[in-house]
Amino acid sequence: MAQTQRPLSPHIQIYKWQVQMVTSILHRATGIALAVGMLLVVWGLLSLAAGEAAFNQFKVCIGSPLGLVLLVGWSWALFYHLCNGIRHLLQDAGAGYAIPQFVRSSWLSVIVSLVLVVAVWACVLNCGGVA
Amino acid sequence: MSANANDLRHPLKRARGLGSAQSGVGHWWTQRVTAAALIALGLWFVFTVLSLLHADYATARAAVAKPWNALVLILFVATAFWHAVLGLQVVVEDYVHTRWKEVVLLVAIKFLAVLGALAGVLAVLRIALGV
Repeated sequence: MAQTQRPLSPHIQIYKWQVQMVTSILHRATGIALAVGMLLVVWGLLSLAAGEAAFNQFKVCIGSPLGLVLLVGWSWALFYHLCNGIRHLLQDAGAGYAIPQFVRSSWLSVIVSLVLVVAVWACVLNCGGVA
Repeated sequence: MSANANDLRHPLKRARGLGSAQSGVGHWWTQRVTAAALIALGLWFVFTVLSLLHADYATARAAVAKPWNALVLILFVATAFWHAVLGLQVVVEDYVHTRWKEVVLLVAIKFLAVLGALAGVLAVLRIALGV
C-alpha cells in the first residue's frame, strides 16, 4: 500500500516569491504574448501589400487607445524576452549559475527591459507619437 | 567502443545520440539557434519600425521593398514563427495533460504558424517585387 504520510511538494502559493521565479514565469508569458504579436506583424505586412486604404486602417487600429496599450505591452514583452533570452543563452553555455549571480542576472533582465521600453517610448513620444 | 567499460548501453545507442525520448537534442538546439538569430533580427526589426514611425504609405512600402530590408524581414518572420512554434510546443506539453487536446493544440499551432509565416513572406515578396 502507498505511504499516505509522505510530504507533498509545496505548491506555488506556499513559496516565498523570489525574483528567479518571476523571471522564469515571465519568460514563458512574454513568449506566448510575442507569438500572438507575430500575427500583428503579419497583419501589418499584409495591409502594406494590400494598398494605402488597408494600411491606413491598420495605422488607425494600432494608434487607437487599445492599440497603444497593446503596443506598449508587446514592446516590453519583446525587450524582456530578449534580455532574459540572452541570460538563458549564457546560462546554457554554463555561465552564471552561482545563486548570487543568478539572482543578480534576474534583476538585470527585468530592469534592463524596463529601461529599454521606457527609452523606446520616450523616443516615440519625442517624435510626436504613433502614426 | 564505449568510453566507460561499466556502461551497460549498447554503443549504437550512444552513436545515434537520440536519448530516452528518441528525438535527441534537435528541438533544444534549434530553439537556441533561432533565439541567437532573433537577437539580431529582433533588434533590426525594432529599429526599422522606429525609423518608419511617421512614414507615409509610399515611404513605408519603398523601405520594405529595398532588397536587403525585404530579405531580412523574410528571415525575421520565418525565424520568429519557427521559434514561436518550438516555445509554444513546450508550454502545451507541460500544461495540457489530456492527450487529444494536447495533440489538437500542437497541430493547430503548427498550422497557424505556417499560415502566418507564409502570409508574411508572401506579403513582403509582393511589396518587394511590386505585384
